[in-house]
Amino acid sequence: MIRYIIRRLLLAVPLLLVISALTFVIVEIAPGDAAQMYIDPEKGTDPAYIEQIRRNLGLDQPIHVRYVAWLGQTLSGDWGFSFRSRRAVTLEVGDRLPNTLLLGGTALLLSFVLAVPIGVISAFKRYSWIDYTVTTLSLVGTSIPIFWVALLFIQVFAIQMDWFPASGMRSVREQYTGWQSVIDVLHHMILPTIVLALAQIAGWSRYQRSALLDVLGQDYIRTARGKGVRERRVLILHALRNALIPMITLVGISVPSVVTGAFITETIFSWPGIGRLGVDAVSGRDYPVIMAVTMLSAVLIILSSLLADIAYAWADPRIRYEQS
Amino acid sequence: MSSRSSTLPLSLVSDQHRNEVRGWQLFRRHRLALASGLLLLMFIGIAVFADQVTPYDPNATNTDYARGKPQAPSFEYALGTDNYGRDYLSRTISGVRVSLFVGISAVIFQLLIGVTIGALAGYFGGWLDNLLMRITDIFLAIPAFMLLLILAGILGGTLLALIFAIGALNWMTVARLVRGQFLSLREREFVMAGQCIGASHWRLIAVYILPNTISSIIVAATLSIPGAILTESALSFLGLGVPPPNASLGNMLGGAQQWIRTAWWMWIVPGATISLIVLAFNFVGDGLRDALDPQLR
Repeated sequence: MIRYIIRRLLLAVPLLLVISALTFVIVEIAPGDAAQMYIDPEKGTDPAYIEQIRRNLGLDQPIHVRYVAWLGQTLSGDWGFSFRSRRAVTLEVGDRLPNTLLLGGTALLLSFVLAVPIGVISAFKRYSWIDYTVTTLSLVGTSIPIFWVALLFIQVFAIQMDWFPASGMRSVREQYTGWQSVIDVLHHMILPTIVLALAQIAGWSRYQRSALLDVLGQDYIRTARGKGVRERRVLILHALRNALIPMITLVGISVPSVVTGAFITETIFSWPGIGRLGVDAVSGRDYPVIMAVTMLSAVLIILSSLLADIAYAWADPRIRYEQS
Repeated sequence: MSSRSSTLPLSLVSDQHRNEVRGWQLFRRHRLALASGLLLLMFIGIAVFADQVTPYDPNATNTDYARGKPQAPSFEYALGTDNYGRDYLSRTISGVRVSLFVGISAVIFQLLIGVTIGALAGYFGGWLDNLLMRITDIFLAIPAFMLLLILAGILGGTLLALIFAIGALNWMTVARLVRGQFLSLREREFVMAGQCIGASHWRLIAVYILPNTISSIIVAATLSIPGAILTESALSFLGLGVPPPNASLGNMLGGAQQWIRTAWWMWIVPGATISLIVLAFNFVGDGLRDALDPQLR
């Protein structure tokens, strides 16, 4: 197992290198570069002056030299400065990463807690009106764009009902401390979390339904029924335990779509996270921040898929990664 | 079939009744797929004849009429206007055209890449398979939406760039699907028969094996279009997709954000239209899967 984890981690290295090189090249092709930030408007547009700045920043080097330089700096913790805020990128990202993890983690948890029972009930009452309603609603749920759901929620729950704030993470005018500030953040979190979770709930409950139906068709379930175990017991003790295993993989491979969802949700609800930082960076052509957000998302995606595979092997003794 | 033994919650019900229930379910489901198919045909018709059916030029402003505020639906403007006095019905129709065009073209593009890579990997196997699947893995680990944002935002949001970007980042599922099918199909007798009469690799791939994968490709393609449409509208919503003043359902929603309190039609109409189109594609895809692919129910 340890060997498998080490091998997977080693495989992630070339993966990250390719992704970073790809992003680096795309950003290079794009118009504008770091020199613009350092140009002093007083000294104007003198070509020699601009050339001097470019040389100081190393921008006159060929692209592969600059990529290696960027890689070295990034690995040593120097992620450069944001063009827009002029703060260190590490600070910009460090401020926002916990907020995104809080929002995304809660949304994943909420999705799991809701999707599993929904899928189980749907599979248990297969071809009943409940099942029909659930499968149809989940298809509707995956079809509605997340940003429209967000606008809908803002209109209904924030504007009409005035139950929750429509944007931000904290009340700007209040100076809460201690528990009050925790509750304040929770209050701001509710709408974006639900919006971010909805798309997952719809897809996962469908998946949980078919996973459970698959397991219910297996021989050992027939055996359990044959020896007279009660249906409810068969379902919960025998079937559900195995039907939950594929959900582990599903949670892992859903992380990219949660990341995508976070970009949109954070932007609409003005949630101060990585996603909103990324969207703002792209609009403002803030290249150091763009590179940082892209690489962080890639690391997040690769790590979560590794974690899912490890958890899968741990939960299902039939799967072992030792061979080969 | 496993589905039979897994209907055990109904185990007390007689076989005949179970079949009736199931038949009715399938019928109801297919009726939904049929209705969705008709709806899609209507949308496609509207998109193709957009120039003929739009009551106004979708980009023409009527500032005297609007005076900086969205105008509610009226006899003149069936779905109202936006704050520039542009007819919302015409913009919605034009947005439907953009959504369908980008969605369908991007999926065609991703099929071209995905089917080629999947077929080559599955047919030849060996080091080529290994190489192509590693490339697929890399693309699967790419934070696709961030890269799309960068491509669309920095390289300029033209329709062709959008189609290229969405297609280039979403072919992996199709590639894996086609590879799997090729892996099992290439061992079958009819392929060996083809080899024996001296058919070339290219002929074996294109004439012998590929036609057998068409039904799963059609299902996968139909179910990919919603994703492509949602991606386009999300990018446009964030202001990085279809460039203004051209209408897309996504950038109409983006523009509606600041009028959410006052002008309900501005955010209800485009959002409902996207949802309807995507839902219809999903229903048709589900129906096709039931009809073409009995193992994958």
